[in-house]
Amino acid sequence: MSRSYGKPGSLRVFDMVAVEVKSKFGAEFRRFSLCRYKPGKFDDFYNLILHTHNISNMDVLIGYADVHGDLLPINNNDNFGKAISVANPLLRIFVQRKEEVDYDLFGTDSLTRKKKPLGGLRTDTLRKRVHLSISIPQDFRPVSSIIDVDILPETHRRVRLYKHGCEKPLGFYIRDGTSVRVTAHGLEKVPGIFISRLVPGGLAESTGLLAVNDEVLEVNGIEVMGKTLDQVTDMMIANSHNLIITVKPVNQRNNVIRSSRMSGSSGHSNDSTNSHHSISSAHVMQNYNPEDESDEEADIIIDGTEDPQSIPFKSLSSSFTTSRTNNGNLYQKIQKELTFNDSIKESKGNIFKTLTAIKAEARHSLALSRGGIEEDGTVITL
Amino acid sequence: MLDCVVHCCHLPFTFLNFCQATSGHWAIVIAINKVGTVEHGFPNQPSSLAHDPKLRLMAIATKSGALKIYGVPGVEFTGLHKETGTVTQMHFLPGQGRLLSLLDDNTIHLWEINQKNSYSFLEEVRIFRLPGRPGFDGTNAPPSITRITVILLKSFSKMACLGTEGGGVYFLDLPSMQLLDDGPLLQDEVLQAVPDDYKCGKALGPVESLQEHPTDPDKILIGYSRGLVLLWQQSTRQVENLILSNQQLESLSWERSSRTFVSSHSDGSYMVWPVNNARSRTQPITSSIPYGPFPCKAINKILWRTSETGNPFIIFSGGMPRASYGDRHCITIMQGKAQVTLDFTSRVIDFFTVHNIDPEQEYDNPRALLVLVEEELVAVDLQTPGWPTITPPYLAPLHSSAITCSYHISNIPAKLWERIISAGKQQHPQLSTVEWPINGGKNLALEPVHKGLLLTGHEDGTVRFWDASGVSLKPLYKLATANIFQTDADHTEGFPQCGEEDWPPFRKVGCFDPYSDDPRLGIQKISLCKYSNRLVVAGTAGQVIVMEFSDEKSERKMNLSTVDLLQDREGFTWKGHDRLSPKGGLISFAAGFQPNFLVQCIPPAAVTAVAFHTEWQLVAFGTSHGFGIFDDHRHQPVLARCTLHPNDSLAMEGPLSRVKSLKKSLRQSFRRIRKSRVSGKKRPSSSSPTSKVQEANAKLAEQDGPCEVEVTPVQRRIEPRSADDSLSGVVRCLYFADTFLRDATHHGPTLWAGTNSGSVYAYALEVPSREKWTERSTEAVLGKEIQLMHRAPVVSIAVLDGRGNPLPEPLEVSRDLAKAPEMQGSHSVLIISEEQFKVFTLPRVSAKTKFKLTAHEGSRVRKLGLMNFPSVASDEYSENCLVCLTNLGDIHIFTIPGLRPQMRYDCIRKEDISGIASCVFTRTGQGFYLISPSEFERFSLSTRNITEPRCVVAWESGREPLGPVSSLCNNLQGSPKVNRVNGTHKVQNKEESNSLGATDGVMDFPLALTPTPLDSPISSTDVTLDASGDMTVEDVKDYLPEC
Repeated sequence: MSRSYGKPGSLRVFDMVAVEVKSKFGAEFRRFSLCRYKPGKFDDFYNLILHTHNISNMDVLIGYADVHGDLLPINNNDNFGKAISVANPLLRIFVQRKEEVDYDLFGTDSLTRKKKPLGGLRTDTLRKRVHLSISIPQDFRPVSSIIDVDILPETHRRVRLYKHGCEKPLGFYIRDGTSVRVTAHGLEKVPGIFISRLVPGGLAESTGLLAVNDEVLEVNGIEVMGKTLDQVTDMMIANSHNLIITVKPVNQRNNVIRSSRMSGSSGHSNDSTNSHHSISSAHVMQNYNPEDESDEEADIIIDGTEDPQSIPFKSLSSSFTTSRTNNGNLYQKIQKELTFNDSIKESKGNIFKTLTAIKAEARHSLALSRGGIEEDGTVITL
Repeated sequence: MLDCVVHCCHLPFTFLNFCQATSGHWAIVIAINKVGTVEHGFPNQPSSLAHDPKLRLMAIATKSGALKIYGVPGVEFTGLHKETGTVTQMHFLPGQGRLLSLLDDNTIHLWEINQKNSYSFLEEVRIFRLPGRPGFDGTNAPPSITRITVILLKSFSKMACLGTEGGGVYFLDLPSMQLLDDGPLLQDEVLQAVPDDYKCGKALGPVESLQEHPTDPDKILIGYSRGLVLLWQQSTRQVENLILSNQQLESLSWERSSRTFVSSHSDGSYMVWPVNNARSRTQPITSSIPYGPFPCKAINKILWRTSETGNPFIIFSGGMPRASYGDRHCITIMQGKAQVTLDFTSRVIDFFTVHNIDPEQEYDNPRALLVLVEEELVAVDLQTPGWPTITPPYLAPLHSSAITCSYHISNIPAKLWERIISAGKQQHPQLSTVEWPINGGKNLALEPVHKGLLLTGHEDGTVRFWDASGVSLKPLYKLATANIFQTDADHTEGFPQCGEEDWPPFRKVGCFDPYSDDPRLGIQKISLCKYSNRLVVAGTAGQVIVMEFSDEKSERKMNLSTVDLLQDREGFTWKGHDRLSPKGGLISFAAGFQPNFLVQCIPPAAVTAVAFHTEWQLVAFGTSHGFGIFDDHRHQPVLARCTLHPNDSLAMEGPLSRVKSLKKSLRQSFRRIRKSRVSGKKRPSSSSPTSKVQEANAKLAEQDGPCEVEVTPVQRRIEPRSADDSLSGVVRCLYFADTFLRDATHHGPTLWAGTNSGSVYAYALEVPSREKWTERSTEAVLGKEIQLMHRAPVVSIAVLDGRGNPLPEPLEVSRDLAKAPEMQGSHSVLIISEEQFKVFTLPRVSAKTKFKLTAHEGSRVRKLGLMNFPSVASDEYSENCLVCLTNLGDIHIFTIPGLRPQMRYDCIRKEDISGIASCVFTRTGQGFYLISPSEFERFSLSTRNITEPRCVVAWESGREPLGPVSSLCNNLQGSPKVNRVNGTHKVQNKEESNSLGATDGVMDFPLALTPTPLDSPISSTDVTLDASGDMTVEDVKDYLPEC
């Protein structure tokens, strides 16, 4: 580890139970501790932060530095729990006013990569980059990411496209072709699948991660070698809600160059874990990553009972908690979704109407989690 | 540990799956058994026919090199030549269980019926190629002089005479398949005996016919194409008799007494010649052109059969007047004054008579005539006056009208079975009742315990009922639905018999009739309730006919009803076909299934799904627009539900017409391309007829086709399905179930419907109790709607009871034929889309388990079946599994409700789209699919329930064993009993053995049987396989530890 943020803690007797929290807001620091095993809810934590900094009238965003020195947000029970669990033993909290948040700091643009101490967080040092006014991470969703950089050969790229909730079409075409492989018998021509066309304005094009003539090697972790174009097409469409394609880019000059692993954080990306389906450590994405396979695309079930009013909302929420999702902010969300649940009631009987309604509602009132219905395994019981 | 693959040499090509039974015993429940395949129906493109009068066997071979031998029903052998080639001739070595086949690549193959494990099987043992340079294909090379035109097997089968294109006759020793030393009879030798004026410098032409003298085996009648016929003594190499005819010779046939023979010619004449040892010019006794005086076509083959009862039979093919009936496919039977012209719907391949072969007897006394035409086998009873036809017990022309759907139902109650058979018998009173004359061999297969019925729906609106219990598929009964509609053509059954004055005396025979008067009559879906004897048949024009079985013929009025599936959707106009107009008034129906009522869907799109619940008396049907429920008891609609997407219907003119118009516009643009191209090039001479121009255009377009493809390579768009996709409203499946839909305490009747866009609708049905049936009508209330997020078409829905077993069929429980479903535990519903299997709990519909097939394998579900696999070891134990056939032609088996993949097997070639589309599974672990338009292949997945030929054919004791292998034909690798006919099978296991006589020892094949790894590329190598090891139930038991 190049830095030593564990130092202060190493001097004192390490209490396994307590998590030392060092919270910074502007130039002010506050220190307090939490129980490692009972950290409580995020809401409580949020209130505690506001309280200790005396900023209870402010909307703030809470971030923490993880083991790699990345600044990651804390905004729900899950990533709060994660933050607590990774604190070693010190949990460094950065509190920012919502209006002043510099989003570039979060996630992939991790702190360490800037080769700067954490002090570099100061907004004034944050440089020449044009400040894009985008909403907070909760409000936008990722459209793509490069993943598994640390386990793939440098010539390959694994790209994840998040189609869910995105209005853009995936927007690419594939074709048959011939690729050259190095085998025991020297170079050999083998049939391969290639990207043949990117639709302008489509998701694939807008990410910039895929290009025409990139060779497709895997679809969601399954090799396409030996599969026909139609098979690969079917596989891609079947996975289209969460498509992970491993390509060999035709342009090999933009590859991610890996430095030594010793730095501990090199090659780290949003989903930099050792498998394509694993639980991501990047909790920024927690809201959007349908990590649990079974929940990733839950189907919509509409109960067509004659008197939907007879089912109280209590049972509604209980159905949420018993459903197999474990998203921490689900309960919160339910409260917000109640509005559109009402709308569903009105349009009961026609699934298409309902779907349209959900989409429309989602756009307006569901800023929190667009497309959340599809992803969070929500069982809508009316 | 639970699942393992057994490697053992007694079980070739059999994957066994061991599943631990609840009792702790091991039980085999699944074996994908490729040995146990059977082909049903008529071989595609037959090319030759042979008959063994001694063993009473018959062989048919095809253009793809497949060879099939039939005896008594149940005795069947299949072989496939290694090279795919047309089998041009076949000859049995009578009594020996051996067969010679001649391929169009000029090779002769010797096949042998041998025995192993007390069952007979067929294997190829020798191959022979006449030395010289045979023209491999007639199109490129000039006809080779050593090309074999005819084969004659001498009596006692010691020798074969091979007549060739060059006019030579070669002599081949049998069974060693070596040319005899004394040399061939070449034309030069023959020409010495021919008078000079006949020679006139010309060759004699190819050998057209070789016939052995009936009483003196040393003499051969040799006929040359130009017309020369000579009787030749082999031992002395002397010409005994010389007949000079000026007509092109087609065929020769001896009279039994050997005093005369008959020749047929290319001008449609036949001549009877005396045999008098005179070397002078002989004149024919009679010469006649039966269909003269106008020019006639050639008589291709003629037979002369004497009869005790009077005049001899003269049977010949062809010879029809060229101008008026030149396009007919006819065989004429003449006996004295009696004459009939059998008129076939397809080309005559070959024919033979079954007659007396005992040399002591004076007369032939033909019993039957068997005619192989391109699309069927027709047998004529020659002993019964009027020469009625005999229905063959196998080789049924399944495709007499194109098959549009098939449906299998097992365990038919004996009573219904008999009633169907008797109804079928009444349909053909004019048929002969004599025993089937091809009755060699012995069927050792046990009488099937359960009767299975295969129903095929056809394009012409008929439903055919087949006995699918055993190895041979027998036609039982034919149901026509066309007679309840007014169609353009009058549907009189059968061809009107010709009147007295008509000449020639045509008689329409056979049932192959591929022309449908009205495509709307086509049958799309069938559902039969075997307990209530009720049948639902649904067709292309939205007609749903509910029928009931009646033993008496009746005359009744149809109950008619229409159901509007669009309901209040506006802005929709149907641009497809009109609905069929039903006949009004009384319609008479023959005994059998008689229509009760007819429901017609509006718009009249093809019915895509049907469900039938006889206990609740409800019929559900779906089209591309929606689905409906009809009360079978009160004859009134219960529900109509539109499934069209609202966005779709705004711009919609009818989903089908839109597809059609796209096709149309494509066609037009292609035409435009072709046109422009032609106009740019030099036109052929202006005087040539337009047809030639069109031909040329077509050729040009073909030539340019591939280049075009290269310019724009095939590419596929990657986009998730959206709700707006066209045809999203097509109802793919309907299902009735008694389950928990609304709450966990009350179960009741439900209907489930799944659509093309991944929507599932579940309705709760309020079925009144039997007492109140007349007062109250059934009501349907929407219970649940499920939208699968991946939006793939829902192909099947099934409800599983508390134990995870599929619900029994209607009436099964009330008749004590099935265990009552477990209503205590929670039910679950299994929803199968083209991409995923999912199990949801009921009534809450939360996802329990799932398997994503397409995401993992890239294959899509095409056909699905819930099967029950009984254990071999224990009668008590059985497992229910989900069996699915994918678009890649492989079969996957999953447990239910766990959806754990059990095994996978390549079954059908993925290119064989029609084969995959035609596949139908039985409840008992078998499946059928079409390997050609006319043949079903049946495969067995269960270890308990295997249908395969089990038979034995005993050859005569004089069969000479095969000698050592000649050096000529060492390259032969046996390819006996191969399941791949017409190349539709995928065979994974390669096992080659040299099964020549010399290496006839015991072969223990090391079997490396591993199913293809789930994600490995499918090996497409076609390898033949050896079935010399038969699998028996006993064999399996040996490998069961203490069962």
